[in-house]
Amino acid sequence: MDQLIQQFFNIDIMVQALPTILRGLGMTLLICAVVIPLGLAGGLMAALASTARSRWLRWPAVALVDLFRAIPPLVLLIFVYAGLPFAGIRLSPFVAVAIAFLLNNSSYYGEVFRAGLISIGKGQWEAARSTGLTQRQTLTHVILPQATRNVLPDLISNTVEVVKLTSLASVVSLGELLHAADLARSVTYNASPLTLAAGVYLVLLWPVVRLLSRYQRRIAV
Amino acid sequence: MSNLDRFIETFLNGAVLAKYTPAILQGVWVTIELSILIVIAGTLLGTSLACIRAYRLRPVSFLIVIYADIFRALPPLVLILLAYFGLPNVGVTLSSSTVLFVILGLTLGAFAEEIVWAGITSTDKGQWEAARSTGLGFTQTLIFVVLPQAVRMVIPPLTNRAIAITKMTALGTVIGVPDILNQATTAQSFSGNASPLTLAAVAYVVLFLPFVILSRWLESRFAWKKG
Repeated sequence: MDQLIQQFFNIDIMVQALPTILRGLGMTLLICAVVIPLGLAGGLMAALASTARSRWLRWPAVALVDLFRAIPPLVLLIFVYAGLPFAGIRLSPFVAVAIAFLLNNSSYYGEVFRAGLISIGKGQWEAARSTGLTQRQTLTHVILPQATRNVLPDLISNTVEVVKLTSLASVVSLGELLHAADLARSVTYNASPLTLAAGVYLVLLWPVVRLLSRYQRRIAV
Repeated sequence: MSNLDRFIETFLNGAVLAKYTPAILQGVWVTIELSILIVIAGTLLGTSLACIRAYRLRPVSFLIVIYADIFRALPPLVLILLAYFGLPNVGVTLSSSTVLFVILGLTLGAFAEEIVWAGITSTDKGQWEAARSTGLGFTQTLIFVVLPQAVRMVIPPLTNRAIAITKMTALGTVIGVPDILNQATTAQSFSGNASPLTLAAVAYVVLFLPFVILSRWLESRFAWKKG
């Protein structure tokens, strides 16, 4: 038992690792601030394309979304980071992470938005257009607000997944939370920094996870 | 050499592909085996826990919720590193494949528990009452009446989650599980060529695309039934 505490919950080592880990947290938040808006924007475009009337737009959009849902994000990241340099395209870890996550997240957010878009009846379009709104105005002022509200829990749940996904950036040595903690682990030969990092993720995400469960139950009742 | 030639030489190099295909196929088997084990263990665990929760024993339900919350909130890679590098120092040495299986199985279990539980709670109360009034016990009602209906309801979200988590077997690369990605990165560094990574991406698409399409079909069928 003592050994367990010594190995996973060593306070001295945690205190020592804290500054490094907080710096890592800063990077994690920075990645989130970049990839979440990018993913939402990409997802919205994917959703609009995959519900478009023209099949020349719809089919390629659906195919791309499915393709990037079939490839594990880590494979995508390593391909962008370690594969593209062979073609003379050398990207910094941050840019590689942003590109790989954009492709992955857009597909997932795209599916969520698509579900939202098709949940809005055709009557909403017709009514809005008949009041004189243009197509674009109808989309931004009538359809999207309702569609977003309908799929809000899924959007939030997907955003939790995106935040968790940022831990993959550690594989390409981007100094985010997990990378910082793992560095501290390899220096101290002790797993406590990783426990601390897990604690930070819990503080960030547990309230959201709890909220989602609550919300789900309310819908069920 | 034209740009296209250079592209093909870098990403679809025949000689490199031929040389490393056997290694990557080995990785494919590792990925398939682990995925099947994770899906079976995770759904069984999650469904059992959701059923146990249906008895509404406060302390037990509380523990289940804590477990499900922690494994839904933590990135699996954190847990994988924690288990792989931490446990040996307290005398528990697990192979990298075992660590990957246990962590991803527990992660899927947590999500499956929440999903199946949502299914159980959204089954109409009348179903419980009708079944109980025919003389079925609580456990019988749960297993023969409520659970089958709940499971049908949760198949689409459960399929999506199972795909997302089996894809995470690629994370095993980080601790040295000889899966597709691991074989490909090794081959890539030996050959100094990106083609093995292309092959790995193709292998994942071949493995997972059918399931992604299946989940899309399940979702649309589900939506159609509702309307």
